[in-house]
Amino acid sequence: MGAVVDMDAALFAGLCRLGDSTLVLGHRVSEWCGHAPVLEEDIALANTALDLIGQTQMWLGLAGEMEGKARNADALAFHRDVWEFRNLLLVERPNGDFGHTLMRQFLFDAWHQPMLTGLAQSRDARVAEIAAKAGKEVAYHLERSADLVIRLGDGSDESHARMQVALDTLWPYTGEMMTPDATDTALADAGIMPDLVGLQATWDGLVRDVLAEATLAIPDGGFMHKGGKQGQHSEHLGHMLATMQFLPRAYPDATW
Amino acid sequence: MVDKAQIWEWLAKVPDPEIPVISVTELGIVRDVVLEGDAVVVTVTPTYSGCPATSVINFEIERALREKGVAQVRMEQRLSPPWTTDWLTDAARDKLRAYGIAPPVDGTGATGVVAGRVNRLTGRAVVVACPRCGSEATQKVSQHGSTPCKAAYQCRDCLEPFDYFKCI
Repeated sequence: MGAVVDMDAALFAGLCRLGDSTLVLGHRVSEWCGHAPVLEEDIALANTALDLIGQTQMWLGLAGEMEGKARNADALAFHRDVWEFRNLLLVERPNGDFGHTLMRQFLFDAWHQPMLTGLAQSRDARVAEIAAKAGKEVAYHLERSADLVIRLGDGSDESHARMQVALDTLWPYTGEMMTPDATDTALADAGIMPDLVGLQATWDGLVRDVLAEATLAIPDGGFMHKGGKQGQHSEHLGHMLATMQFLPRAYPDATW
Repeated sequence: MVDKAQIWEWLAKVPDPEIPVISVTELGIVRDVVLEGDAVVVTVTPTYSGCPATSVINFEIERALREKGVAQVRMEQRLSPPWTTDWLTDAARDKLRAYGIAPPVDGTGATGVVAGRVNRLTGRAVVVACPRCGSEATQKVSQHGSTPCKAAYQCRDCLEPFDYFKCI
């Protein structure tokens, strides 16, 4: 590397990557509230969103605390613009149909769970305790999304076709999760966050197993989008934030 | 000046807002009580990180202690070690069952692998007995129920739907 990395800045960025990813996915999943195909799934989606938003409060809360500029989790969530968000591109993808939402969830969960297992071993105790807490919840997310991907993939002709389209569409957004930049490398070298390259084998194994059981074919071609972690987002995120941030921006003193 | 045992006794009467038959101490979320001069510091751990009941629980604890004449109450949060259903007392498990909620079955927490495959490989299906008729012929309807800590089940004998307090 050679370049000197400011560790405080790296940790703040790393925490925003985690917190923004759970925030954006949590908001996306919450968009299903009242619209899911069956009541039980509506509740499951809302509960998943709730876990993710709860985890966001911890990650962004810690980010704000260590930044020392009097920004709490709410300030970071509601008062930053799109280019300041550091979430993965995968989680800002629109919901599509129910199968598409579940495929996005599974591809993320299969990364999120081993990531949290690694983070729970962090040399930074504050990071480790948040990860240990979140990891228990995310184990349930992964169990559910994997089960449903199998059921829908190995389901009817219609559900199989939709799941294959979802996989083909979302696949190029998965590479970013396991591609480190200088920030990721600095955090891994310091023992604060796990080595992302090391997560690849775990993710591959899990994803290949589940997709094989779901009778779905992994797309050919290695092109992967990137940029979300550095603040370069698709057009979808701005629209989502416009909805998510409207109230606290229009009525800054609102409480509820 | 009150002593700590007295505070714990009062806390044992503060009901969980979502499941009022059990108290916050039976739920295992009160992690510490410390007296600092005239102030009482109560440390609570959240059940699920996004559980909306957390702020209500803090409010109820503070109110209960103030009603007993404690003027200064400070609430603190502790994340580690993370809350586990192992901390539910035996008395709480009986109360849950009587209330119609199946208590957590040890060793059934999610592992992050596909539940169906784990059951096939280990030959061990999770048995959650119906809290109404006791039948073990029950099925999971959804991993998520009316609150983050519960799953939705149905009894195949008495046909009643019920909540299962899932392991975490």
